[in-house]
Amino acid sequence: MVSTGPTDEQPDTDNPYAGLLGGDPSHWAFGIAAYDAQSADPLAGVDATLPDGVDRRDLATYAVMLADDALVMSHRLSQWCSNAPDLEEDIALANTALDLLGQARLLLARAAAADPSVVPALPEGSPVLPEDALAYFREAGDFRNVRLAEVEDRDFADVVVRLLVFSTWRLALLERLRGSRDSVLAAVAAKGVKELAYHRDYAGRWFLTLAQGTDESRARTVAALDRIWPLRSELTDVHDVEARVADCGVGVDPSTVSAEVDAVLAQVFAVSDVVRPDASPLAGVHGRKGRDGLHTEALSRMLAEMQVVARAHPMGRW
Amino acid sequence: MSGVRAEWPLYEVFVRGKRGLNHVHVGSLHAPDDEMAVRHARDVYTRRSEGVSIWVVRSDAITASSPDEKDPMFAPSADKVYRHPTFYDIPDDVPHM
Repeated sequence: MVSTGPTDEQPDTDNPYAGLLGGDPSHWAFGIAAYDAQSADPLAGVDATLPDGVDRRDLATYAVMLADDALVMSHRLSQWCSNAPDLEEDIALANTALDLLGQARLLLARAAAADPSVVPALPEGSPVLPEDALAYFREAGDFRNVRLAEVEDRDFADVVVRLLVFSTWRLALLERLRGSRDSVLAAVAAKGVKELAYHRDYAGRWFLTLAQGTDESRARTVAALDRIWPLRSELTDVHDVEARVADCGVGVDPSTVSAEVDAVLAQVFAVSDVVRPDASPLAGVHGRKGRDGLHTEALSRMLAEMQVVARAHPMGRW
Repeated sequence: MSGVRAEWPLYEVFVRGKRGLNHVHVGSLHAPDDEMAVRHARDVYTRRSEGVSIWVVRSDAITASSPDEKDPMFAPSADKVYRHPTFYDIPDDVPHM
């Protein structure tokens, strides 16, 4: 039969891109369905009622903690766009950054819905969404992310090591968070687990490739691991808020994932023939660390860049 | 260390779409090794849920016909209408023909 090309009756089954612009509402980004961020509720379709027995302030703070980890890490990853070793890595890291940004948006929206008093005040009539207000109008001291998320990457080995440790830990957390009594946290976790599993796989493969690559790539990877390892123990410290939300079945006690994180990392180190560092943890100040709003100075510089446009236009509609 | 090159090898990427039957060539990319090539292909070519399966192959592993041989390779098939099964009616319920 002489090929007549695809017809209405006979879809073009050979072309993976055919039918892509076909009215699937999830494809709003390329302009088929008008997507209005100002009115779209990011939590649409999920039961957002507060579970019994949880303090709304605690739930909001916990959601902000998980959101800030994702938001800050996402921004650091997006800084690699156009700076990675190759175009393919630019895209891979930007993809990962977007996954985390999506998680951050949902979690910040959850925080604002659970306790509107956590949202910074904006001028009367400002159209800025609550999740955007939380992202762009808080000072560094109000951010609750772990410090691993905020440190600056000096080279590609740094971002690979940081992403490996971060995604291993966050994947373990979100796997447990799927059982949260809060429907929104459980839904965000269920979505995030698939994303994080890929991030961990990507970072793990790169870790192995770099560690088993040239003398130079191996030396840089080991140096990056030494530099980042002091931030590992903070990941499984337990903040009071985390302990309380874990007690009532809404959150996850980070100390419960510590053994799993170490086991996964030990596996990657073993195949890469790298010795786990023995560096002592980066101390807090008077016991305060990232979860308490105590950060390295790198965070304020990063936020200045991340927030400047939004802050210049508090009445802006995007 | 020997064998170190400034450029990663080139890979050709084949994706099978959601409704697709075959893997279709969608483009090429650079990657340090086969496994990373699959991951890069996932990030570069299936970001909008285009695919459900990916193949990658080193470009230098592909043997191609040469443009110089175009006439001897392809021209003889141009005038043999009897090779096309267009003299049959294809039943409506036979898909993908």
